[in-house]
Amino acid sequence: MCCLTKSVKITTDIDSLRSEIRDKSVRVIDVRREGDYKQDHIPNSVNLPLATLLSDDSPERVLKLVNSMGIDDETPVVVYDDTFGALASRVAWTLEWIGHSDVTLLETTYSNWKSLGLENDSQIPEISNKEHSMNLQSNILATSDYLESAKTRDDVILIDNRERLNYLEQHIPGAVSLPYRTLASGDKILRSKEDMKRLLDNRSITGDSEIITYCGSVGTLSGLAYYALKSVGLPNTKLYVRSFKEWKNLQKPTEKQEDASYWDLSAE
Amino acid sequence: MSKIYNQTKFNFNILTISDLTQSSLDSNAPKINWARMEEADNFAKTVKLYRQGKYDHDSFRRFRLQHGAYGTRMTSDYAMVRVKLPAGEIYPAQFEKLSQLSEQYSIGSAHFSTRENIQLHWVVLEDVSEIFRSLAEVGLTSREACGNSVRNVMCSPLSGVCSDEKFDSTPYALATARFFLRNPMAQSLPRKFKFNFTCCEKHGMVRMVDVGFIPEIQQIDGSEQKGFKIFLGGGLGNKSFIGHQLEDFTPEEDLLYTSIAVVRIFDRLGDRKNLARNRMRYLVNEMGWEKFQNLVLKERAIVRATQSVVTQLDVDTTPVKIRRPLKISDESGSSVPDGYARWLKTNTIKQKQSDYRTVFLTLEAGDITSNQLNALANLIREFSSEGKARSGFVQNVALRYVHEDDLVKLYSKLLETGLAKSGALTMTTPIGCSGTTSCNLALTNSHRLAKEIQRKFLELKLDEDDDLTDSSIKISGCPNSCAQHGIATIGFFGGGGRFGKDMYPNYQMSLGGRFDGDTMLGQTCLRVPAKRVIPVILKIIEMFKENKKSDDTLKSWIHRIVTDSEDSNIKSINDIKKILAPLIVPPTKDVDPDFYLDYGSDTSYHTKTGKGECAA
Repeated sequence: MCCLTKSVKITTDIDSLRSEIRDKSVRVIDVRREGDYKQDHIPNSVNLPLATLLSDDSPERVLKLVNSMGIDDETPVVVYDDTFGALASRVAWTLEWIGHSDVTLLETTYSNWKSLGLENDSQIPEISNKEHSMNLQSNILATSDYLESAKTRDDVILIDNRERLNYLEQHIPGAVSLPYRTLASGDKILRSKEDMKRLLDNRSITGDSEIITYCGSVGTLSGLAYYALKSVGLPNTKLYVRSFKEWKNLQKPTEKQEDASYWDLSAE
Repeated sequence: MSKIYNQTKFNFNILTISDLTQSSLDSNAPKINWARMEEADNFAKTVKLYRQGKYDHDSFRRFRLQHGAYGTRMTSDYAMVRVKLPAGEIYPAQFEKLSQLSEQYSIGSAHFSTRENIQLHWVVLEDVSEIFRSLAEVGLTSREACGNSVRNVMCSPLSGVCSDEKFDSTPYALATARFFLRNPMAQSLPRKFKFNFTCCEKHGMVRMVDVGFIPEIQQIDGSEQKGFKIFLGGGLGNKSFIGHQLEDFTPEEDLLYTSIAVVRIFDRLGDRKNLARNRMRYLVNEMGWEKFQNLVLKERAIVRATQSVVTQLDVDTTPVKIRRPLKISDESGSSVPDGYARWLKTNTIKQKQSDYRTVFLTLEAGDITSNQLNALANLIREFSSEGKARSGFVQNVALRYVHEDDLVKLYSKLLETGLAKSGALTMTTPIGCSGTTSCNLALTNSHRLAKEIQRKFLELKLDEDDDLTDSSIKISGCPNSCAQHGIATIGFFGGGGRFGKDMYPNYQMSLGGRFDGDTMLGQTCLRVPAKRVIPVILKIIEMFKENKKSDDTLKSWIHRIVTDSEDSNIKSINDIKKILAPLIVPPTKDVDPDFYLDYGSDTSYHTKTGKGECAA
C-alpha cells in the first residue's frame, strides 16, 4: 500500500523558486489579469490570465499556449496567482491534463510574495516557442456524464468546495462539503500535509476511494482542492472542471438542506 | 509592569508598525488557558466510532453536548459549536482564530449568544475536532457549553468599569468558571446549571438564573468586608421563575462554599426523570423557598466543615493593566464623520474611570462576519487600553477603556468594517434567538424578525428617542426562552397560527418584563402574526406617546400598566389589547399571501420541529 501515499510535489516553496529563477531553470506563469501583470510580477514570469485560458481550453488551444510560453515536456513550471492559489491551480491542472508532468504551485500568493519584500519587476521576458507533445491525461478529468455514472459507485467520493451556505442551498446529490477556505493555512495556499491528512481522515476520505472535486463554475476552487488531495498522496483524484454551473444547466438533479433558514444567520 | 502614559519618551521615527503590533500582541495574550488539546483527538476518535456504529446514539449525544457541540435543525450531519467566553472576556488572537474558523468550518459568520458564548453554526460533525484543536491554540474551549453541566459563567460586560458597582466581580466569575470546568461534581447534573455575576442592581440579570451574584460591601467591625448578594432558583424557560435572595450578605470566603452547596443539593434532589421540568427553579418552587433556603445554609455548613483541604476560589485580583495603545499619527485634524453624535449617544457608556468609555457594537441579532471578527482584533489592539473585549448579555460585544480622545477615530474605523450602526444600547437592537435558521425546536424565524425590527427602527431613528432607550425587545422562536423574552419590555415567542386551513407564523406577545432590581416576568398580552409584529410595536409606542407623563419612559409607563397603577386612558393590558386587536386580524390568503410566509421563507408556513437537546 506504500504507493498510495507516495510523496508528490505539489507546491514550490519561496526559497526554491528564487534560486530556480536565478538559475533560469524554471518557467514561471503569472495567471493574474494582464494589467496587474504589466505593473509588476515575479521576475522572468510569463502571463497567462485565467480568462485567456478559459476562452478556449480545448487541448489543441492549450498546447498552442504552452508552446508559446516556451514550455516543452521537460520544462519545470511554477504557477502563481493572487487568489489563494485557486486560479493557479486551474492553470496547473490544465497543463497536467495535456500531459505536462512537472508543474507545481507557488506555496503562497503574489501579495504575500510582495509583502515579504521579494523580487519583482515589470519587464516582459522574450520567449521563444517550444514544442510540447500532447499526451491527454483523461484520468484526471471528470465530465458530467462520467460523474453521473461514477456517483452510483460506493468507492467514489464527491466533494463540493464552495462555501457552506451555497452548499446547503443546492448541491449535487451525495456530495460532501469541504469549503475551499478549509484548504489553506496562514500565508500558505495549502495546509501542511499532516493537517490536511488529519482533516480528510476525520471525514474518512482515504486512499481507497476515487475522489471527484467540483465548485461553482470553472473548476478553480475545486482545482485547489484537487491539489490539496494530491498533496496528501491520494492518487485517484479527478476534477469536474465544468462544475456546478454545467450540472445545473444540464438540469441534472440537485439536493438541498430542507426546512431551515440558514441564510438569515449570516451577517453578510 | 511599566505603564506607558508618557508617549514622548518614544522615538517615533524608528518605531515601525510591526514593532507596535508585536509588543501589543504579547501584552494581549489570554491569561487563562481553558482548553485541553487532547479533547480534540478524543472527540475525533469518538465521532469515528459513532459513525461506525460502535457508540450508541444517546451516549454519543451526551458526549457531544458535554464538549459543546449542539445538534442542528433537521439533520445529524451538522453541529453548532458553542465556544465559551468565561466572564465574557475575549482577546485579539481569539477573535482572529474565530474569524478563521467561521470561514473554514462554518458559514462565514459567527454568532454572539445571550450567555457570552460565541457560536459557530452548520459545522460538519467530522470537523468539530478540528475546531477544538484550533481553539486550544488560543486557550478557548467549548467544553460544558451544552449538556447537563455548569454552563458558561457570565459576568456583566461593565464589571470593573460600572460607576454603580461596589467592586469588580470579574475575578470571581473567572475563578468560579475555573473551579467548575471539568470538575467531577458537575459532569452529570440533572440538568444544565447557570451562574451569572453582575456589576450592580441596574445592570441586573441575576434574578433569572440558577445562581446570581451582585457584589456588595459591608462594614464589619469597622473594616470593609467584600461579599455578595446571592440569588437562587431563578430562570427563564417554558415556565419562568424569579430568583430568591439567600441572605442579606454572603462574605466572599463563603462564595465557593455556597456555590458548591447549591450544586450538591441540585445534584442530589433535582428531578432526573421529568426532563421538561428539572431545572433547579422547579425544585425550589416545589419545595418552597424557605425549605430550600434552609437546606442550602445547612449544606453550606457541611461543605465548609468537610472539605479535606481548604478549598478556596483562585481569585486573581491583580489590577488590570491599563495602557493606552500608542498612536503613530496625529489625528487632531481629522474630521468628525456623520452619525458620530448619534452613535456616541446610543452605543457608549462613560466609565467610572475618568476619560474612558465602554463602546458597545451594534450587531444584528448577534451575527458577525469573519471579516468583522478579524477587524475587531486590530481595533482592540489599537483602541482598548485593557487589550481585550467583553461580550455582553444581549448578543453583543463591547470594547472597554477606550480613551475619550480616540472615539472619533474608532468610529471612523468601525464605519469601514460595517460595525458603526447606532442603537446598541437601545430598544432598536432586539434579541433574536437562532430560530429556524438552525435550531431543532424553533417554530418561527425569530432571528430574522429581530433583524427586520432593527433595520426598520434604525431607519425611523427610534434609537435617538430617549423615551425608548431603557426598554427592550426580545424574540424567541419557541416557548423555551433562549432569547429571554420573559424579561423584555416587549417580548415575543413563536408558534403557529391558523386561519381556516392556512397556517401562518405567529408570536405570543408579553409586556412589562424587566431584569433589574425590580425583576419581573412580562404579562401575556396577545398573539401577533409575524408580519404584524412591527406595526404592533409601533402602535404601542404611539399609545405610549399619547398617554405618557412628562418624565415617563416606555418602560416605566408599561410597568405602571402591568402593576395596575396607571390612571390614564389606558389602564390595563386589556385596554392595550383592544386597541391592537384590529391590527392582528388575518387577511385571506388571496388578499395578502405574504402574511402566510415567515420572514426569510418563500414557501408556505408550517410548524416543523425536531428533537430538542436542552434536556439531553
